[in-house]
Amino acid sequence: MIKKIILVLLFLPLLAMAEAQPMGDDPAVEERLKALSTELRCLVCQNQTLADSSAPLAEDLRREIRELIAKGMSDKEITDYLVVRYGDFVRYRPPVKSQTLLLWVGPTILLLAGLGGLWWALRKRNALLPDENDNEEGEEA
Amino acid sequence: MIPELGHFALILALLLSVAQAGFALTGAAGGNSAFMTVGISAARGQFIFTGIAFLCLGYAFYANDFSVLYVASNSNSALPLQYRLSAVWGGHEGSMLLWTTTLALWTMAVTIFSRHLPEVFRARLIGTMGLISIGFLAFILFSSNPFDRLIPAALDGRDLNPLLQDPGMVYHPPVLYMGYVGFSVAFGFAIAALLGGELTQEWARWTRTWTTVAWMFLTVGIAFGSKWAYYELGWGGWWFWDAVENASFMPWLVGTALIHSLAVTEKRDAFKLWTVLLAILAFSLSLLGTFLVRSGVLTSVHAFATDPRRGLFILVFLGLVVGGALILFAIRAPRVGLGGKFGMVSRESFLLTNNVIMIAAAGVVMLGTLYPLFLDALGMGKISVGPPYFDTVFVPVMVPAIFLMGLAIFARWKNAELPALMLRLKWAFAISVVTALLLPFVMGKWTPLIALGLLMALWIVTTAMVNLSDRLKKREAGRLKSFIGLPRAYQGMIVAHLGVAVFIVGVTMVKGYEVEKDMRMSPGDTANVGGYDFHFDGIKEEPGPNYMAARGHFTITRNGSPVAVMEPEKRMYTVQSMPMTEAAISEGFTNDLYVSLGEPVGEQAWAVRIYIKPFVQWIWAGCMMMAAGGFLALLDPRYRRRNKKTMEEGAA
Amino acid sequence: MKPMLKYLLPLAGFLILVGFFAAGLRLDPREVPSPLIGKPTPAFRLPVLNEAGKTFSPEDMRGQVWLLNVWASWCGACREEHPLLMEMSRSGALPLVGLDYKDTDADGAGVLTQAGNPYKVVATDVDGRVGIDYGVYGVPETYVIDKAGIIRYKQIGPITEESLRDKIMPLVKGLQ
Repeated sequence: MIKKIILVLLFLPLLAMAEAQPMGDDPAVEERLKALSTELRCLVCQNQTLADSSAPLAEDLRREIRELIAKGMSDKEITDYLVVRYGDFVRYRPPVKSQTLLLWVGPTILLLAGLGGLWWALRKRNALLPDENDNEEGEEA
Repeated sequence: MIPELGHFALILALLLSVAQAGFALTGAAGGNSAFMTVGISAARGQFIFTGIAFLCLGYAFYANDFSVLYVASNSNSALPLQYRLSAVWGGHEGSMLLWTTTLALWTMAVTIFSRHLPEVFRARLIGTMGLISIGFLAFILFSSNPFDRLIPAALDGRDLNPLLQDPGMVYHPPVLYMGYVGFSVAFGFAIAALLGGELTQEWARWTRTWTTVAWMFLTVGIAFGSKWAYYELGWGGWWFWDAVENASFMPWLVGTALIHSLAVTEKRDAFKLWTVLLAILAFSLSLLGTFLVRSGVLTSVHAFATDPRRGLFILVFLGLVVGGALILFAIRAPRVGLGGKFGMVSRESFLLTNNVIMIAAAGVVMLGTLYPLFLDALGMGKISVGPPYFDTVFVPVMVPAIFLMGLAIFARWKNAELPALMLRLKWAFAISVVTALLLPFVMGKWTPLIALGLLMALWIVTTAMVNLSDRLKKREAGRLKSFIGLPRAYQGMIVAHLGVAVFIVGVTMVKGYEVEKDMRMSPGDTANVGGYDFHFDGIKEEPGPNYMAARGHFTITRNGSPVAVMEPEKRMYTVQSMPMTEAAISEGFTNDLYVSLGEPVGEQAWAVRIYIKPFVQWIWAGCMMMAAGGFLALLDPRYRRRNKKTMEEGAA
Repeated sequence: MKPMLKYLLPLAGFLILVGFFAAGLRLDPREVPSPLIGKPTPAFRLPVLNEAGKTFSPEDMRGQVWLLNVWASWCGACREEHPLLMEMSRSGALPLVGLDYKDTDADGAGVLTQAGNPYKVVATDVDGRVGIDYGVYGVPETYVIDKAGIIRYKQIGPITEESLRDKIMPLVKGLQ
């Protein structure tokens, strides 16, 4: 019995070797790299994120980000690091500044203005039209 | 010889489209029947010659005629036949010819299925479409001629971009264009109505059929494109908010609004001007999309070889067509009456609120897409607006629309009682909320977004079921028989709305629960991802027709029992020396397994990306259901009241 | 019938859009302008090509107006601008410093032997880190740096006759 156990224990390391290793060395770093690089734009293949691009510059920048993470920089600091060098263009999530205020507030304005406009138009319309009496049964659209 | 014939056919087509627009419109203005008939015949002739030109280009690709510059740039003798043929629309010039041929096809369909329309209206409709044809044919002939010769001829072609050598290339562009271009018919209806002044309920009924067909094609076309990106690009993405994707999504949103708005106009003779404006807007966005992709104004995965000169031509054309339509609108608008009255809370107002939200959503997409251009043009710097922005702002805009869907299907015309509605739906709401809150825990992860997505989907389903059971209760026959007996338009609405719910489930589950692992694997290694064991068996060299592939072999098991065998490839296409990864996907009802090979690392090992994508197929299944719903609605006999045979054929 | 003004709103909105598109036709959406203009040159110290033991730093160029030209032996477009660089070097207008980007010494030296060496000194950036500090995203790229070590202009892509004549030389003259 003991022999069998020893045999199994001897072979366990072999099983460990057959398990695939993740590409990156440190999973925590890779997680952060992924979170950061999916929001950054590759400057060479400009229609891909830094995470997905296989361009040499993208590989260099990913390596750079790994090093910055290892140095203990926060997500914001790393993003700022890249923005200092490449400008806001590198961010897929536009920063909130005076120039982008309209961009970020715009959707809410569009929706509220639309709904408000409709409400106002319906009110005006009902005031102008004569009353009708019958109340139809709702049918399909 | 054949290319010259094709070129000549295009010239004839241009002349015929001039005749089409000229005779039809002047005939309509003067009540001249003879002119109008000539215009219609010219339209048919234009279709024939445009078709001939298209076939000539197709032949040039089929026969590997590398003395044609466009063929040499986009094809190769080793290219498999189906891709040689779909390469016809692989580049700018050919895709413009596809656009124009599609327009000619719709024009021909209109000439056949519009005999029941009043003569003058019909002439104006076809004349307007003729004006569009003139623009495109002129553009092709003067700046984007696919038949230009290459002298001396190339020995072999430069090959089609490997990313395009895929079945998706065969289906996606033609179906998508049928949708885009189909909105030109709605546009034509709008212009004809403005010119003649007859914005009637009948007009709405006619327009609705044509718009629904175009909308169906666009829905399916976009779904094809998304699915194609998913398995072709190698990282399992299916929507990137890329400029060109947005360019197809905006007309879709407006088209959806248009279908619903036409329902109001048809039923209550109301909001006619708004509907007309939407019809103009939908097609304008189609033209805008054409401009954006080819002008070099925005970067995009799909951008064709950009040339500002061509961009200027399209911009001028866009300006004339849309500007002209809007001027006509402004002039004729004050004449149009208000129509039937309805309450602030009514089926009509719900439908119109849907409209407003759809338009706001389209506006949001446009804002994000064009904002970098706005800032750059004003010298205010260069930014990028990508998925993080759109994902953040788009969902909150759509959520009200989804909630409205549940209420609106119960609302009566003219006046609906909101308290009664809410009472009727309190159980549906309760069930949806509770399930949405609890289900994520069962699945293993709870986030607000997942719960919200599930809530929206469940809300649509539960309210649809309540509505359905209400309607079935009124009939005596058994459940299934009753459903079949219900009006087609109603069935269509239920199916389409359920399609939206299915779509939302797909998006929510994939985004909420997908798993991605980057692994370094040597033959014999096993990776455990998401409960599945991926065993890397090895790599083999496999030659293809015009590429060399390294094909990986993976055996996937779950708890010991076999699930799938997957063979992703890393290909090197010989002509352009372009590497490409061909992911292996094991599709499933509740899960897709996705394996893609990266680069070789070290002696035997490879970088392998493994994804588990839950419910991803529901995304496209939902889109197909939406289109199916549209199709059902088309089959409704109400549309056949006056024109039985023609509408039947039109629906197919 | 006089059109009521509100019905002209869609047209007005459309015309504004067209205006932006027309402006957009003249712009290049792919070009990434440098945020370093007006900022001091990022510091570095790199080995010099073909001079073992020697290093270069931007500090060495203080007090002069100079050009930092990022190039590589594998870059085709760099060959296009090379004759212009040779001319500039011959005319002695201002010193040129080369930054051999992601290259091997052997390849870089080979190009200079073959095509001529317009540079006062060439620093080698083998792993591209200095390039990242300078916001390099393609080669060739060129920076005009003033006496105080502030970056004044960045040329993206090869230097052309026009850009040399209309932008670079006037700026250099003004700074000297």
